[in-house]
Amino acid sequence: MLTILFDGVAYGMLLFVLACGLSVTLGLMNLINLAHGAFAMAGGYVTVVLVNRMGVPFLAALPLAFLVAAALGVLLERTLYVHVYGQSHLDQVLFTIGLVFMSVAAVDYVMGSSQQFVQIPQMLQGQVDVFGIGVGKYRLLIIVVCGLLTLALQLALMRTRFGSRLRAAVDDQRVARGLGINVNLVFAITFAVGSGLAGLGGALGAEILGLDPIFPLKYMIYFLIVVTVGGTSSITGPFLASILLGIGDVAGKYYAPKLGPFVIYTIMIAVLIWRPQGLFARPTAR
Amino acid sequence: MAASSLSTEVARRFRGRARWTPLEIAFWLVAAASIYFLPTRHLILTEIAILALFALSLDLILGYAGIISLGHAAFFGFGGYAAGLLAKHALVTEPALALVVAGVAAALLGFVTSFLVLRGSDLTRLMVTLGVALVLREIANRYSDLTGGADGLQGIAMAPLLGTFRFDMFGHTAYVYSLVVLFVLFVIARRIVRSPFGLSLRSIKGNSLRASAIGIPVDRRLIAIYTVAAFYAGVAGALLTQTTAFASLDVFSFERSADLLLVLIIGGTGYLYGGMIGAVVFKLMQDYLAHVTPQYWQFWLGLMLVIIVLIRRERIARFFGAARRLIGQ
Repeated sequence: MLTILFDGVAYGMLLFVLACGLSVTLGLMNLINLAHGAFAMAGGYVTVVLVNRMGVPFLAALPLAFLVAAALGVLLERTLYVHVYGQSHLDQVLFTIGLVFMSVAAVDYVMGSSQQFVQIPQMLQGQVDVFGIGVGKYRLLIIVVCGLLTLALQLALMRTRFGSRLRAAVDDQRVARGLGINVNLVFAITFAVGSGLAGLGGALGAEILGLDPIFPLKYMIYFLIVVTVGGTSSITGPFLASILLGIGDVAGKYYAPKLGPFVIYTIMIAVLIWRPQGLFARPTAR
Repeated sequence: MAASSLSTEVARRFRGRARWTPLEIAFWLVAAASIYFLPTRHLILTEIAILALFALSLDLILGYAGIISLGHAAFFGFGGYAAGLLAKHALVTEPALALVVAGVAAALLGFVTSFLVLRGSDLTRLMVTLGVALVLREIANRYSDLTGGADGLQGIAMAPLLGTFRFDMFGHTAYVYSLVVLFVLFVIARRIVRSPFGLSLRSIKGNSLRASAIGIPVDRRLIAIYTVAAFYAGVAGALLTQTTAFASLDVFSFERSADLLLVLIIGGTGYLYGGMIGAVVFKLMQDYLAHVTPQYWQFWLGLMLVIIVLIRRERIARFFGAARRLIGQ
């Protein structure tokens, strides 16, 4: 029971790291980015190549996965995404679906369609006993890393000047611009960090989520659930939503394997009917 | 101007707009001619006709009512499985009748789920429509004793159409059948979008707040068109099952919904021929790309989507609009 809870929390934290960038970009630029998973996949594949082929230590590969995905994010944001801000949601959906299709086919072409596995170092395999509960070491690592990241994000958002600019821009972009905040720059940085975090999540999650070319399509719905259920006005909303989703999914697969993801989808639809703005969203004037 | 003469003027204008233009007649004559002149291509032409019907269905809600759906395959698949089960268990053996029954079943599903898309923003709608399609896919996967699960629904034996025309292996019957269904439903859709009802949909798409302010019951109109669109999609799915005598989980897939968006975008939203033209272009392109790069054709589709968005759909539409006016003169 507690093991399920633990696995669920690990899974949920992973989802949060994967999806938090998406929630900020959605809240900030009103941009529906279905291609977010592609950055996660990039991070995952970078790790696979680094660890399995080049022999880079797993823990050293994680920051590199972050950097590569962030760089990719900046590149695409500056060259392509800037053109779709302010366009209709339909255009954004089409554009990002196009990116997803391209990334899926491109990765398939370069890396092959089979599932990839990262070689986890010996010391992270197996279980340890914590207060009598068998706990996977790797999942413990995920919880620690993701927990620290969440704390860091929260602090950065609440305590730094950049964080207050970002919050101002999310709250009201026009007024923020009027106050001299360079919203475009804020957004480019946020996009890069969000993509980087997705890349890191993809690297960490390769072991748990599985990594193959259709990763962006397979997990798109999960990211979107986190964002829509959690709302886009803070990072605590998506955080709680991802933990709930993680626990719900793991518990659902354990207790009712026959129903599978059915439970999650149904809950999501129910929540969206009940509160279309998300479970934890503040009521806004917009 | 007196009220009565104003209303006659409006009625005259509407009749003028509803008239069939020579271009439209030519389009359908070409389609009919393909029955005789392209007999070896009937299999792919059938696919095109089905895709065109499916795109027509999406256009009704996207192009006219402004509802973005990422899960329109839900109704397509529902209709497809309905038709398959009707034929397999010999509930309704006559294909044309089964087609209508399957369409009505999908319409019922559309009516029920339409309440889900009324609320919320574009993103919520995307999620809900996508979620419905995924849930249906899971159900079809789960109840494999009924649907065949991942293996698909096999062992469908189609009875002759109208009791006389057998489905042959070259797809001649299937093509004529699909084309006739497409034409009939197109005429109905044409009537719908040119009616006052269709105009009220356009005003909802333009600005739903103002539409409700001038007395249009926004929610009821959206429910109605969503149900109609679900019927169309259900019929399209049923046609696919009937002409291929097979249904698989693939009918619910996200890719199918996404491809459909591409079809509609290629052809243009908000006019009924968009879906048809898009279907022809998309299928020919897919056929070609699948020949050239069997595994990676999705890449080129994706690239096309990105490019279309980057050079702005409006600009493309304006270009074609200008071209059309030029031809008109």
